[in-house]
Amino acid sequence: MHQLHGKVNLTMSILSFSKTVFHNLFSKPATRNYPQVPRIYPERTRGQIGIKIDDCIFCGICSRKCPTGAIAVVRETKNWSIKRFGCIQCGECVGVCPKKCLTMLQTYTAPNATKTVEEYIQILKPAPGEPPRQTAAAKPAAAPEQTPAQKAAAAADTSKE
Amino acid sequence: MSTRSVVPFGPQHPVLPEPIHLDLVLEDERVVEAIPSIGFIHRGLEKLVEKKDFIEYVYVAERICGICSFMHGMGYCEAIEHTMGIEIPDRAKYLRTIWSEMSRIHSHMLWLGLLADAFGFESLFMESWRMREKILDMFEYSTGGRVIFSVNKIGGQRKDMPDDMIADFVHILEGMEKELKAMSNTFLNDYAVKSRLEGVGYLTKQQAHDLGAVGPFMRASGINLDTRKTGYAAYANLEFEPIISTVGDSYARTDIRIREIYQSIDLIRQAAAKIPSGDVAVPFKGNPTGEYLMRVEQPRGEAIYYVKGNGTKNLDRMRVRTPTFANIPGLVETLKGCQLADVPILILTIDPCISCTER
Repeated sequence: MHQLHGKVNLTMSILSFSKTVFHNLFSKPATRNYPQVPRIYPERTRGQIGIKIDDCIFCGICSRKCPTGAIAVVRETKNWSIKRFGCIQCGECVGVCPKKCLTMLQTYTAPNATKTVEEYIQILKPAPGEPPRQTAAAKPAAAPEQTPAQKAAAAADTSKE
Repeated sequence: MSTRSVVPFGPQHPVLPEPIHLDLVLEDERVVEAIPSIGFIHRGLEKLVEKKDFIEYVYVAERICGICSFMHGMGYCEAIEHTMGIEIPDRAKYLRTIWSEMSRIHSHMLWLGLLADAFGFESLFMESWRMREKILDMFEYSTGGRVIFSVNKIGGQRKDMPDDMIADFVHILEGMEKELKAMSNTFLNDYAVKSRLEGVGYLTKQQAHDLGAVGPFMRASGINLDTRKTGYAAYANLEFEPIISTVGDSYARTDIRIREIYQSIDLIRQAAAKIPSGDVAVPFKGNPTGEYLMRVEQPRGEAIYYVKGNGTKNLDRMRVRTPTFANIPGLVETLKGCQLADVPILILTIDPCISCTER
């Protein structure tokens, strides 16, 4: 009786084992072959804050509502800046913006060795009759350091002169 | 008479994702005493309430822990809402319930994976975390974040879930229920797993009561207490009974947590059927005055949020009593008399979250 019980157990375990083996052979992998297969972000993913600087009226509500104080707005110089590594992507600013010029982008801030501040400056729209000027500009406040290759090229240029 | 020796355990140990230190007094391989010490990752989040106003502090509250982040935010918001007399819309209450239960499922699955990893069952660990990933994806679809959700606010919720999204989630969870049955069979019936869990780390009902244990750790010892029964969020409208066991060993704690996952799926199903339409937040004016003590059932047990407002935008005091802190005396008791090799498993059975504990 004991032997029979053992045989039944062995058969059952082989059956369940084969089931697992076949399932694993013919099922899709649980992971994605990243980066060959890109990650598709859902619509609500909170990546980073984007701004349509031309629509901004520099009211400063986003700056006052930001829980970490990452956003700074200077009305006089039409300057809107964000500390990318201070932002916690809560989306509070996107919700309160009266002109809806702030958006939540699905892309994440790229990793960086330094905590960058991104500045956006609204260029005044030309008066009628004036030639068109360059519109919005985005630039990092802290100028990125030159790479060794760029430094070498700059040195070569100087020596030629 | 064997000689006694002291073995330091932690704060850096392969089984510990977070730092806690225990001085284990051993007689041969048997633990006779365990002296815990915490304080390695204190961040001073309670003090920060003096710098941030009470609306901004929601984002700090949810950063107390990376696993129960939703419930920390919710507990703080509910405490403030009580002091200010804000009645949130019914839909917001149901949304809080659904997200809370999703947090519970993902926390318990994380724990099951860690437990499997602690006794060296790598494939079971991977299987648990594979299933947990679906919950994290659901969080990202509904809130936009996988760890920090930022959907709680004082007066309701910042985001709504469309009804078809809730229906999809219920469908995914029902599929997961079937997969979980296969996985829980290994956790509860496998010979190797049972040999590590059964009869290890007993805590009697009296000890659990006297030492103030909370959560599944307490319910595994036979105390029928679940803070969800106090009826916060929408729990008052849902039917459920606390899951208890009378055995009190590590196996019972695993069993309780697995059954709580099924219970959470059922609660989400009930909430999805009953959720009313309407707004998800109400506007409010003024600053909190007075004090309130809010109790919330987190995956690890009962958490307490105490807030005291003075009529200004900054609170006078905000205090969190987290479940792991309440379970440490119980853990020390279960460690007495166990083998050194069982210490990692026993520490895991309280589901320690040291970031919560130290805040």
